[in-house]
This record gives sequence, C-alpha cells and structure tokens, in this order.
Amino acid sequence: MIGAISPKKEAWIELWQGPLPGMLWTTGALLVLVSAGTLILGTGLAWLTTMYDFPGRRIFTWSLMLPLAMPAYILGFVFLSIFDFAGPVQSAMRNFFGRDVWFPNVNSIWSAAVVMTLTLYPYVYILARLAFREQTSATYESARLLGDSRFNAARRVILPMARPTLAVGIALVMMETLTDFATVQYFNVKTISVGIYQVWQGMFDRETAVELAALVLLIAVIILAVERVFRGQAKYYQHGGSRGLRRVKLSGWRRNVAIAIPLVVLFLAIAMPIAQLLFWIFKSPAVVTDLSRAFEFLSNSLGFAIAAAGGAAFLALFAAGGARFSGRPSVRRAARLVIIGYAVPGPVVGIGVLVMLTWVIESSGANPTNVVLLSFIGLVYAYIVRFMALAYGSIDASLEKITPSIVDSAHTLGAGPTRVMRQIYFPIARSGAIAGAFLVAIDVLKELPIALLIRPFGLTTTSIWVWQLAAESRWAAAAIPSLLIVATAILPIILYLRSDKRFHSPALEQSRPIPDSRKVKK
Amino acid sequence: MNDLQESSQLGTELAVDTIDVMVPSSRKGLEVDSVYKKIDSRPILLGIDLKIDPGESVTLLGPSGCGKTTLLRVIAGLERPEAGAVRLGDQTLSDPHSFMPPEKRQIGMVFQDWALFPHLDVAHNVSYGLAKDNEKRETIVENILEMVGLSGLGSRMPSTLSGGEKQRVAIARSLAPQPHVLLLDEPFSNLDTSLRASVRSETRSLLRDLGMTTLFVTHDQEEAFILSDEIAVMDSGVIRQQASPHEIYERPHDLWVAAFIGNANLLPGLAEGTTAQTVLGAIPLAKSAFGPQTLLLRPEQIHLEPGSSAQVKRVEFYGHGCTYWIDFNGTELIVRSTSKPSFTSGETVALTYQGPGVAAYPKESSEKEAR
Repeated sequence: MIGAISPKKEAWIELWQGPLPGMLWTTGALLVLVSAGTLILGTGLAWLTTMYDFPGRRIFTWSLMLPLAMPAYILGFVFLSIFDFAGPVQSAMRNFFGRDVWFPNVNSIWSAAVVMTLTLYPYVYILARLAFREQTSATYESARLLGDSRFNAARRVILPMARPTLAVGIALVMMETLTDFATVQYFNVKTISVGIYQVWQGMFDRETAVELAALVLLIAVIILAVERVFRGQAKYYQHGGSRGLRRVKLSGWRRNVAIAIPLVVLFLAIAMPIAQLLFWIFKSPAVVTDLSRAFEFLSNSLGFAIAAAGGAAFLALFAAGGARFSGRPSVRRAARLVIIGYAVPGPVVGIGVLVMLTWVIESSGANPTNVVLLSFIGLVYAYIVRFMALAYGSIDASLEKITPSIVDSAHTLGAGPTRVMRQIYFPIARSGAIAGAFLVAIDVLKELPIALLIRPFGLTTTSIWVWQLAAESRWAAAAIPSLLIVATAILPIILYLRSDKRFHSPALEQSRPIPDSRKVKK
Repeated sequence: MNDLQESSQLGTELAVDTIDVMVPSSRKGLEVDSVYKKIDSRPILLGIDLKIDPGESVTLLGPSGCGKTTLLRVIAGLERPEAGAVRLGDQTLSDPHSFMPPEKRQIGMVFQDWALFPHLDVAHNVSYGLAKDNEKRETIVENILEMVGLSGLGSRMPSTLSGGEKQRVAIARSLAPQPHVLLLDEPFSNLDTSLRASVRSETRSLLRDLGMTTLFVTHDQEEAFILSDEIAVMDSGVIRQQASPHEIYERPHDLWVAAFIGNANLLPGLAEGTTAQTVLGAIPLAKSAFGPQTLLLRPEQIHLEPGSSAQVKRVEFYGHGCTYWIDFNGTELIVRSTSKPSFTSGETVALTYQGPGVAAYPKESSEKEAR
C-alpha cells in the first residue's frame, strides 16, 4: 500500500495513453449495470416476500439467499457454456430457426453484468428485507390513512426509510464488482482489476500493478463516499409496535407471477448451474476424473480457511471487546479500525500485502523455504485483514446482550475485571465467535483474487484450480471442484439462515413459545 | 406467564424461617459526605450529604437528570467522586486518598433494566455473588428464590421470564451475598402499572423484614412516599431536604421542594407572629414569622362553600374524591376534596382555610427559589 501512495508520473502517462481509458469506461459501465440490476432484483424480491403472501413464500424467503453460495467465477463459466455459440441454447435455436438465427453476443459486458447480478443480488435482498422488517406497520398504515395508495406509501415512506440500508447493500455490490477480475475475463470484459492482474501475472511489473491498484482504491473510496452521502446521517429507529408490515394475499395471475419470478431467479442462479455441473460429471466421467491432486488442493483450501478463521475470530474477540468496554475513546476507535478491510477490495488488500512481502523478502534476503513460508503467512494475513469484519460483526452482535449495567452488576456482586472477562464476556461472545469464524472460513474457501495474487509459488487451492480449468475452457473438468465449493458454501447458508429469526416475519413466527430445553435437564 | 396472574401469587407469604438465613450479619449505616462528581467535565453532583441509619430505608427523589443515578453509582463504587467521602459503618469506601473497587464493597445494587446475566439460568444468576467454596450455596439460592416467590424456577433462563419475575430474580441476586446496603435504581419502572403497585409493597416489606439498609432511587413521588422511612429530595446535584415523607409534605425546606412534592398553592401573606394575613383571611403559621411571606397551602387544606369571591374553572372527579381549579382574583388555586363534586365549573364559591399551621417562606428568597 505504501507504494500506491507515491504514483510515478511516467507510469501514469504510459497507462493513460494505452488501455486505461477503455478499462475505466468498462469498469464504470459494469458498475452501473450491476448495481442497477442488483438494486432492482434485490429490492424487488425483498418487497415481494415481505409485502405479499403467496404459495411458497416462506421457502423463497430464505432460498433466495442461496445464490450467495454461488461464486461468480463458477456461474460465469457455466453461463458461458450454456449460452455461447456451441452451447445447448444456441444449438437448439439453430436447429429450430435455421443457421442464421440472431443471438446476442455472449462475450459482452451484458453477460458479465447478468452473471454478477445473479450472484450479488442477495446482498441487497438481505439488507432490504431487514430494512423492511424493522419498519412497523404503524408508519405505513399512517401513510395509508393520510391518503397514500399502497404504491405511494411504499415510495414515500417505506423506501426512504430503507434507503440508508440499501445504500450499504449497493456499496457492497459495487466493491465486489469493482474488484472481480476472474469472472469478467470469461466474457472478455477488460476492467481495471483485470488490468492489475494481467500486468502483475504477465509482466511481474510491480510498479504498474501498484499504480493501477491505487486507482482501484480511489474508485473504492469514491464509492464509499457516495454511499455515505446517500446514507446521510440518517438512522431511522423505530420504537414499539412489534407488529411488522401486513402482508397482502395474492390471487389469480398476480399470484402466478409472484411465484414465477423467484423461481426463474433461483433457476438461473442455482438450479441451472448445479444441473449443468452434475451433467458434466455424469456425461463425461473420463474428462472429470483427473482428481489426482484434488485432495491436495482441498486440504490447501481448508488449511487457509481454518488459519484465517481462527486468527480473525481470535483478534476480533479482543477488538470487539475493546471497542465496547474500553474506557478510553482512543482504544474504542482503534478497535473499530480493524473492520475497515472489508470495505477494501480484495486485490487491493492482496497487492498491498504482496508489496509488503516483496519488501520483506528482498530486504531480508530470505532463502526459498522462507519465501514459501512468508507467502503462506502473507496470504493468511491478507485473509484476516479482508474478512475480519465478518468475525467482528458476529461477535459484536452477541456482545449486544452485555449492557453496561450487566458489567456493573457483576462488579457489585463481587466480581473483579478478570472474573467478568472469564464468566460474562467470553461465554457470551463464544457463540458469536464460532459463527464469525464459520463465515470467514466459507468466504476464504470461495475467495479467488487474493489467493491468485499472493499464493506461494506452485500452491493451488480449490478456487484457483476451478479458475485455471475454466480459463482454459476445460469446463467439464472444473465441475467437481466447483460443486465442492458450492456445496461447502451452501450448507451453512441453509442451516444458518433458516434458523435466523430476524429474517422471518416478526409477528407470526416470533410469537411462538420459546422452547425451554433447560427445564428437561434437571 | 400473565402478569396479572402472577401478582396474586407473588412471594406472598414470606416464609419467616428463611429470613433468619438472610439477616445481614451486622447492620451498617451509610454516609455520604460532601461528594462532588463531574462527568465529561459537566458537574453532576455538587456536594452531596446523605445519611442512612443501619436498617433504615431512604428514597432519593428528584426530577430526571438531577444526578440520582450518579450518586447511586458513586456509592456502589462504579464511579469515583472527585471530592468528598463515602463511608459504610466506620469503614471508609472512598475519600480523596483511597478508593475501594465495587467488587470489594459488599454493596448490592438492583438496576433499572435488572441486568440479569443472559447466559446463566436463574439459579446461577442468584449464586453469582456467592463465594465458590460456600457450602451452603444451594441452600441459600433455594431459600432466596422461595423468599421472592420463585421456587422451582432455578433452571429457567432469564429470557423466558416475565418482567415481574426478572425483577424478583434481580433482587434475589443482589440479596444473596448478604450486602451491607442495597441500592435500587428505579427498580419498578420497567413493570406494567397493574403489577407495579403490588411488587412495590412486596419488595418494601421483604426488605423491611430483612432489616436491610436500603437506598431507592425514583422520580415517582407516590413510590417515594410508600417505599421509605425517609425521602431525600434531590435537585441539580444537591440534596435539598432529607426527612420523613410526612415532614417533607407538611414542612418542605424551601419553595422548590414545596412545589415539587404534591400540589402546592403558594399564597402571599403578611406574617404577624403565629398568623399571617392573606386574601383568604388569617391563616395560622407553623413557626412564627414577621413581614411579607409566601405561604404553602396544600389543596386539601382549602375548603369550598357557596359564595361569590371565586369561580370554579374546572372539576375532575376520581371516584374517591375530586379536584377543583379555582380562579381567585386571577390567581389559580387547586382544591381537593374527598367528597363527590358539589360545585360545577362556572359556579362561584367562597374559600376558607381549615388545617394546622402552614409553612411560610420569607418573600425575598422565595422569588429566587421558585424559579
């Protein structure tokens, strides 16, 4: 990162006269397309499942999040295989309409935008649902009584109140889009991130790569600034009235459309790619069976996932505790700094760590063994920087339960600071730490750009393996590792989200009596 | 559980024999001696003096933001005062040279939100303050739970309890280590109105039976009058008066206290020793005074009869009595009667004073104090 702060003039001129303007334009266009797409799809689906009742709504409510488990670099090549010239869709159309049937060019920014929208919309969907859920029916009903139609009440009351949350979701989506350099390459879309990667991998031109990374960082900062402006100082809290918005039961053609939309989304984002991956495996086992190194790649992935998850959870435990309970404002601020990594694009973190590593290696004159070890540490470090926020958020949420008066009352009952740590803080933070570590591990398993940039020479993880095969158009061979990644990512999402009460309707589901398991014990 | 249902089965009959387990080994009094405290460079406590005799119950009463809770936290050791001393019996808890941390003080505290440990069941919450090697741990927990009417709920988690039950767990937890003093910070304010009255008198009699030295904090006057032997009226970081509820009501120390407690009619008068001349005629004074004075007349001390000197503006009927708002030559007076309304609004009436000697405050000072 230090290198990024002092750009060299010549490097910029060279970039500017070369491919840079084109890359900038492409990046901007992709950002606009994907954020518009996710905003419409995510908010729309959240609106549908919050405000309307139709058969299957409960299942859709959580299953619409499953695309979180489908990395864009997997959906991308499956998409390509199905819709490109030789794929089944175009072949069938040629058979039916003749040779000259028109079909949109698959290798375009539009295809990339569709693929990224389908994999990224859950960020907006989840946040939009939370924003709608938090609103009480009273506000909406007041708007209706003051003369607003359903649509106007939504436009004038519910959406403005959800705006700060939606801004966060879109910012997340834009970050992911900005920094993706794997998926876009399938579609020949040259964004700045692709530029960084190619400059780095192709020429090992650290200077230029760092300059480009600085540019990506600048765009990221602009996105965050815009998000701040959109979110404003607004924080709309609502008190009392636990009853959420009332759902309207749909019937007739409206009901059918309401069922069809989520079905189509789920088909395109989950069912179709999984079916295609399975199809490859069963159709041409011969191509697929080169699994000689699969175990090695998988254990590499798991090793990184466990190391990063453990490290992130451990550090977050102290950071979150410090942020909440330290008496000194400086400690509280410093502790919150650790979560900034999640807002920094993966490749930027990657290159920053890489530059640091190169410097360490060069200045220490390390031997090859140490270089491998250093890259290993560097990769784990980059993962921790990047994903710490997940562990932090999860732990911080569980610490909400510890009000200041709880700590105070422990003191008045005779507990000193260490006993409070041991008996109050750690037991309560534990579930959050476990959940947080879990989330970090899943993200590390799926993660591609940082792994590609920093991996020790010759070391391959499952995600890199998939990407290398797909980049060589050996799609069938990539089927098994792809399914492996999707499966590891999808199971926890199902387990976790189905049980997440916040996500379901507050009125109906939360009125269930709380099961008292402890009672049985005694 | 339904809150109403619960109020009837509340720790109803204090099992008398369990009290023996609970009586503090030695009763100690509490003394706060000119304590000053700033928070974020804003002065909160400006020289507080407060004394609670062993086994006595005092309530701190004052408007929101007057520093009640801060004073409680200073006593508990959760805040360190800038000046002044806090003493428990003959032991100094804090003075400018020393500060005993809260965990060493043996002062119990019940918080407004009860602050139960969410990850521990009721029994473990209650036993939290007991020493690990205390052999009677289980017996004590059982006895205390029985005492507060929660027998058999030891294995429940706090999140499954109703508000009234949580409140009782909080009290049980703070009583378990047998503290010298119990502090309660608005402990009833999170309860439903229907439940509050019964839990309040319940808690009061429990603590009285235990002979616990107690300090309540509340902003609710009714609560203050019911709960304690003495009330300390607090305003803007100082204690204006500490006395029995009766004395506070009858003889407020100054006009601010007079106006803060109950409804007050403040009437100008010219004192001539034991009586004062007012627009209502001669009114007896509690203490002899001379010159221009402001007299405190409580609403129930003024009586209405048919006449023409004043006019009824408004009447409110409560069933057990009623309140009149009277316009007396442009001055508004409040009059309370225990009978049903005998005048309606718009009628003219005459006013007479009936009651013992009233409190009077010299005119000059009164202007300042009444703000």
